[in-house]
Amino acid sequence: MIDIINTFINGLSLGGIYAMIALGYTMVYGIAKMLNFAHGDIIMVGGYTLFVAIGLFGNPILAIVVAIILCGVLGVLMEKLAYKPLRGASPLAVLITAIGVSYLLQSLSQIIFGAGTKYVNMPNWGSITLGSLRIQVYTLVTLIASVVIMVALSVFIKYSKTGRAMIAVSEDRAASELMGINVNTIITITFLIGAMLAAVASTFYLLKAPSISPTFGSMPGIKAFTAAVIGGIGSIPGAMIGGILLGVIEVFTNSIPAIAPYTDAIEFTILIIILLVRPTGLLGKKRREKV
Amino acid sequence: MALLEVKNLNVYYGVIQALKGISFEVNEGEIVALIGSNGSGKSSTMKAIMGLVHPKSGEVIYNGEKITHTPTCEIVKKGMTQVLEGRHIFQELTVHENLMLGAYARRDAEEKKNDIKKMFELFPRLEERKNQIAGTLSGGEQQMLAICRALMSKPKLLLLDEPSMGLSPILVKEVFDIIKEIHNRGTTILLVEQNASKALAICDKAYVLETGSITLSGTGSELRNNDKVKKAYLGGE
Ligand SMILES: Nc1ncnc2c1ncn2[C@@H]1O[C@H](COP(=O)(O)OP(=O)(O)O)[C@@H](O)[C@H]1O
Ligand SMILES: [Mg+2]
Repeated sequence: MIDIINTFINGLSLGGIYAMIALGYTMVYGIAKMLNFAHGDIIMVGGYTLFVAIGLFGNPILAIVVAIILCGVLGVLMEKLAYKPLRGASPLAVLITAIGVSYLLQSLSQIIFGAGTKYVNMPNWGSITLGSLRIQVYTLVTLIASVVIMVALSVFIKYSKTGRAMIAVSEDRAASELMGINVNTIITITFLIGAMLAAVASTFYLLKAPSISPTFGSMPGIKAFTAAVIGGIGSIPGAMIGGILLGVIEVFTNSIPAIAPYTDAIEFTILIIILLVRPTGLLGKKRREKV
Repeated sequence: MALLEVKNLNVYYGVIQALKGISFEVNEGEIVALIGSNGSGKSSTMKAIMGLVHPKSGEVIYNGEKITHTPTCEIVKKGMTQVLEGRHIFQELTVHENLMLGAYARRDAEEKKNDIKKMFELFPRLEERKNQIAGTLSGGEQQMLAICRALMSKPKLLLLDEPSMGLSPILVKEVFDIIKEIHNRGTTILLVEQNASKALAICDKAYVLETGSITLSGTGSELRNNDKVKKAYLGGE
């Protein structure tokens, strides 16, 4: 029983990380109507920033702040330089550009840091015991921080003027322009938030396993994208639920030795099954065609 | 000086030319109607004025200022907005949230509240449904909401694209009454309609569009008595 609770907490924590990355995919998809395949590589850039910044400052909190800011800037630049010129172009052109941006970032990090794995000197907070439950502190921190961030983001979207504008743009770009909303600004803000969340996710990843290479962002990126699709791409609560679901499933399958080697296969199978039953994902809605 | 001047506007979609050098004027205080059959270019004209489609050549001058390349959101701030054909309300948001978005560019929080109250006086049915998700409103209510939402930006000039489309005769009458009411309260109106007889009855002047060109123009009553208009747009009375 204790084992199950422990596994569940670990799963929720991993799910929180996936959710935070999935939010970046889903918000960009919902608002800019594009798949940012380079989103996973922002995680990688965040990781190397932590690597360098911890080396420079020694202070992990300062390093995390630097990583979040730098990733935010990267997200905005990515949108302005690579995607904005393609607004109105075919989805295929945008997709290919995004793949290009992804390779560019990976190649750059390989040139700068080499192809090998680097160890990041993240703080080790040890573990705490609650009764007979023994939990790593980083697991709890990840869990609590991701819940706080998700609640804050939901409140921001629902109640702030900018958040409402984000919903408006995701629903109807022309009508939003006619409200006096600057759609370009809203898209920029979306990329900024998504990239900053990716940097936070990167931090949590490294707390768990503190090593990094140029392809560091690929697997979490694909997993979180899967989570976003399971939840219904474009849906913010969907990304949260999809992320947590995938995290819990992953940790549970990993904890059963007989099926552990097939974890990735099982996750993608679940994706396929969910899409067969609900092509729009758990919370995705089919857009009503407008007259 | 005209409030809105459209000069020699050419709009293309790929190789298709939707507008072939259109010119017309809207003076302050007028109701101007654009009539024409499906596909004649009425919506394209409005979208080009608002910067939602980009004309290949020609000019749009609003209040003496050239706005041909001004972003839509800036044009709205200058006092002109449009109700799109097909309403385009934000389906997932409430009636109240839709109205607040209409005032997005405004900075006067207190005045906004007052204006929402005024909208609710004009449309009591919207007040009853103010916390309802807009996508669940009836077609007529959605049209009222779309009009109110546009009014929330306090436009000097309001562009209405087929506001009576898809509505029952009673609601069509209501929509036209409201257009008159908005006009009486001081808003200049450019109206696109397929319901030509109703549009010609309330407008000061009208232009007839045919496959991207203006072929006729005149006052509402001139056009209502024009044989060609009678035959093509008024059911050949
Ligand atoms: N987005 C578009 N892409 C291609 N062609 C379009 C588009 N919008 C309108 N058209 C074409 O432009 C012409 C004018 O359309 P429109 O302005 O919508 O006419 P109306 O509003 O009078 O019905 C039509 O032939 C229509 O098919
Ligand atoms: Mg039209």
